Amino acid sequence: MSKHVVLVEDETNIAEAIRFLLGRDGWRVETLANGGNAAEVIRAARPDLVMLDVMLPGKTGFEILAELRSDESLADLPVLMLTARGQSRDREMAIQAGVSRFMTKPFSNEEMLSAVRELTQGRVS
Amino acid sequence: MVTLNQLIGVCLVYVAGLFLVAFLAERAALRGKGNWLLRSPLVYTLSLSIYCTAWTFYGAVGYAARSGLEYVTIYLGPSLVMIGWWWVLRRLVRIGRAQRVTSVADLISARYGKSNLLAVMVTAMAVVGVTPYIALQLQSVTLSVSIFATQDAGLGNTPQINENAAFWVAAGLALFTVLFGTRNLNANERHHGVVIAVAVEAVVKLVALLAVGAFVVWGVAGGVAETVARIDASPIGTWQTSGGRWTALIVVSAAAFVCLPRMFQVMVVENDDERHLQIASWAFPLYLMAISLFVVPIAVIGLELMPAGANPDLYVLTVPLSQGQNGLAMLAFLGGFSSATSMVIVATLALSTMMSNHIVMPLWLKLSQTGAQQSGDVRGVVIRARRLSILLIITLGYLYYRASGGSGALAAIGLISFGGVAQFLPALLGGIFWRGSTRTGAIAGLSIGFVIWMFTMLLPSFGPDGALPASVFEQGVFGLGILRPQALFGITGLDPTVHAVWWSLSLNALLFFVVSIFSFPSPLERLQGAQFVNVFDHSSGAARGWVASEGGVEDLMIMSQRILGGAEAQAFFAAQAVGQGRTQGPPLPTPEFVQALERELAASVGAATANAMIGQIIGGQAISVEDLMAVADESAQILEYSGRLEAKSLELTQTAQELSQANEKLTQLSLQKDDFLSQISHELRTPMTSIRSFSEILRDMEGLSEVEKTRYASIIHSETIRLTRLLDDLLDLSVLESGQGSLNAQRISLHDVIDRAVTTAQASSARILDIRRTVGDEEVMLRTDGDRLAQVFINLVTNAIKYCDAEQAVLDIAVRQDDNEVVIDFTDNGSGIPDDAHNLVFEKFARLNSEQGSGAGLGLAICREIITRLEGEISYVPYPKGARFEVRLSCLASVENA
Repeated sequence: MSKHVVLVEDETNIAEAIRFLLGRDGWRVETLANGGNAAEVIRAARPDLVMLDVMLPGKTGFEILAELRSDESLADLPVLMLTARGQSRDREMAIQAGVSRFMTKPFSNEEMLSAVRELTQGRVS
Repeated sequence: MVTLNQLIGVCLVYVAGLFLVAFLAERAALRGKGNWLLRSPLVYTLSLSIYCTAWTFYGAVGYAARSGLEYVTIYLGPSLVMIGWWWVLRRLVRIGRAQRVTSVADLISARYGKSNLLAVMVTAMAVVGVTPYIALQLQSVTLSVSIFATQDAGLGNTPQINENAAFWVAAGLALFTVLFGTRNLNANERHHGVVIAVAVEAVVKLVALLAVGAFVVWGVAGGVAETVARIDASPIGTWQTSGGRWTALIVVSAAAFVCLPRMFQVMVVENDDERHLQIASWAFPLYLMAISLFVVPIAVIGLELMPAGANPDLYVLTVPLSQGQNGLAMLAFLGGFSSATSMVIVATLALSTMMSNHIVMPLWLKLSQTGAQQSGDVRGVVIRARRLSILLIITLGYLYYRASGGSGALAAIGLISFGGVAQFLPALLGGIFWRGSTRTGAIAGLSIGFVIWMFTMLLPSFGPDGALPASVFEQGVFGLGILRPQALFGITGLDPTVHAVWWSLSLNALLFFVVSIFSFPSPLERLQGAQFVNVFDHSSGAARGWVASEGGVEDLMIMSQRILGGAEAQAFFAAQAVGQGRTQGPPLPTPEFVQALERELAASVGAATANAMIGQIIGGQAISVEDLMAVADESAQILEYSGRLEAKSLELTQTAQELSQANEKLTQLSLQKDDFLSQISHELRTPMTSIRSFSEILRDMEGLSEVEKTRYASIIHSETIRLTRLLDDLLDLSVLESGQGSLNAQRISLHDVIDRAVTTAQASSARILDIRRTVGDEEVMLRTDGDRLAQVFINLVTNAIKYCDAEQAVLDIAVRQDDNEVVIDFTDNGSGIPDDAHNLVFEKFARLNSEQGSGAGLGLAICREIITRLEGEISYVPYPKGARFEVRLSCLASVENA
């Protein structure tokens, strides 16, 4: 069974780059461009990893994260947050909301991939 | 034979008699009785005779014996003033009443803007000027006493008796003046008792001199014809007269008659009724004629009878004594005593009033202000100040008498005083006739006149090596020939008196005039000047003093409480009531009380205001325009001050408000800036993320297909273009917002602009949009920047292409004219903008639906800025079906029909 990641990202070009990179790393990537139903999709899909953008149509990344963390069964689901708003305020908010890792765009591919590996170590074989 | 003890006894009885008269007069005046006498022209005329002092009584005979008829000038000056210039005196009297003047210093200071400096100057000058005069009285009484004493004790110890006599005479005069003048304090500085005593003394001295004269003519010479023959035979008849000296003496005695503090006292301050002046104008010259009638006969007979070397100043006494007429001699002594005492009393009273009002009281007030605030008994302070002043003045006179050696002729000493006080004349006359005269001019004239008088008259009177070293007389000050006291500016050969009078008075008047012309009066000076010069226009000659009804006291109380404060006003009224001996109720509205209140109020609101207020309440007195001006002048200063304070506090409040607003704005701006930077950061980082990611893929990944390579490179390319566009938009917006960049207004066709916009927008997009236009309506000519307008239209069309979510997207472009405006509507058939976002569409980065958008959200913000600069309006109009943007362009400035 391959590793499953849900990517919530409205920028199609960024989503394509991530999908390409994680695909080459053996991930099955499910992409959502709207935040509105992201939490339900994730709850249903039970992925190994969630990647969240912050500025999304529908719901923001923070709102989705809060929904996920309010579900006990998803409490230790690794969530990697990616945002283009590089302010420390956002980082603090994300950590308080229970994010697993916070990354500022633009990131290097290597950086992103190693973060994904670290977050999923021991969870997926 | 009259012994010294008898003489002293007679004097004491005489003085006691005078006291009784004065006491009765004061009591009658207090009860309002005896006005027929006390306020009669007769008493007024007789009181003017204090002009005739011991100088006149003894000195005139001596003067005649020494210099012939010249003594007449001393009578001619005042007579000419009374007869020819009585209207000047009337003006002085009227001003004195209207301004409640208490002395000549008060009048001059009041005229020149209530200048305290001038008051002090005039007071000091008057004291210095009158000092020789008082010394003269001391000398004459001492001389006359010594005549009896010599007879009494033999010739041997005359000098010692002389010295002792002078001291005791001075002490007696001081005591006499203190008892007479300061027994009680009259607020308006008027002394009925003194005046009536002076009148009695005037009669005594006239009778005495006439009696001696009659005795000499009929008792000694043997009749009128015989006397005339003897006069012709005596050296007096052949005396040469000098025209210059006569003129100078007449001028200086006329000036002194007006300016002497004691003359001012009886003539102006003690005057009850202006009409008295009219009677005095002929009655007083008659008195002078009568008193001078026998001067020449007494002098002639005295020269014949008395041994050479006998003092001619004492002929009035010594001639009767030599004939064994002891009773007549005693009468003559009393006449001389009367002349001296009346002069000293009135002169020191006048001077002490000036000193206490202008020097002692201001000093005391200043000193006591720093100490306790208790108002205390000011009356006590005033009376003490008066008594101290009297002692000081008489001491000065005594010291002058001792310093000058007591040897000078009486007339010569008198002339020095005349010359001194005559210096007031230019400032006095200028003040009451010439509105252009100023305080600076008065100070300048008085100063120069007084300095020259000191230098040419007073100091030389102490003799060579007295006050001035003899070398100064010979070579002038610092050896400068032009500064010799008796030959100023190198003019020699003049009689010293003429010389001194000429230089002091002419330079005084000249400087007063010139400086007045070149200096500017203060507002108060202008006002006082108008009041003095036009005194007859707005004052009446009626008797002075406030007369209030008992009901008026209540009104006064109400007013006082407003000004002084409730507690202070009540305390003042209570103290006044106690002072009047009332145990209950408010004080009686006596003139003294009202005047005290006026003074109290004046301390708070200024003299003019206090006077106007009281006049309004109890006098029913109409307030003149000048009064109001004076009040306005006072309150303007207060208002100006408080106005300035108010303006300052308003300014501070405003500044604080502005600061708080600015701070708020700054905070808001700072937040907006943070927000804006955060948004820009987001908009820049997003394309950069794709670019970085794909470029790393292209660099690092092996085995990419050609298709993949091409696709990823084109993504990098398009994201780069997106970044460039974003930067362009940002710069464009920044230029528009800052108002920089010029508009290129041209006459263009709206149709052409829309054509250009539609073509450009469609060319850059793959999506097909059905654009519907009504070309006929577009035929409008505009004067505006076509490129900028096209930019707006391109944006609107592009938005429709991007965001219209209808299956068959349609954009309707309609043009209509509304009054003076042309309106262009862009309406699509999509789902439009959500209601809650209507207000946001024109804000920066207000990208509402990022799913479809590739712009940064600056387009509509730029559109709004452009349209605003083109003086038009752009707005979003909710439309039942679709989105509508409306652009209004002002026709007035930029629309012309084709």
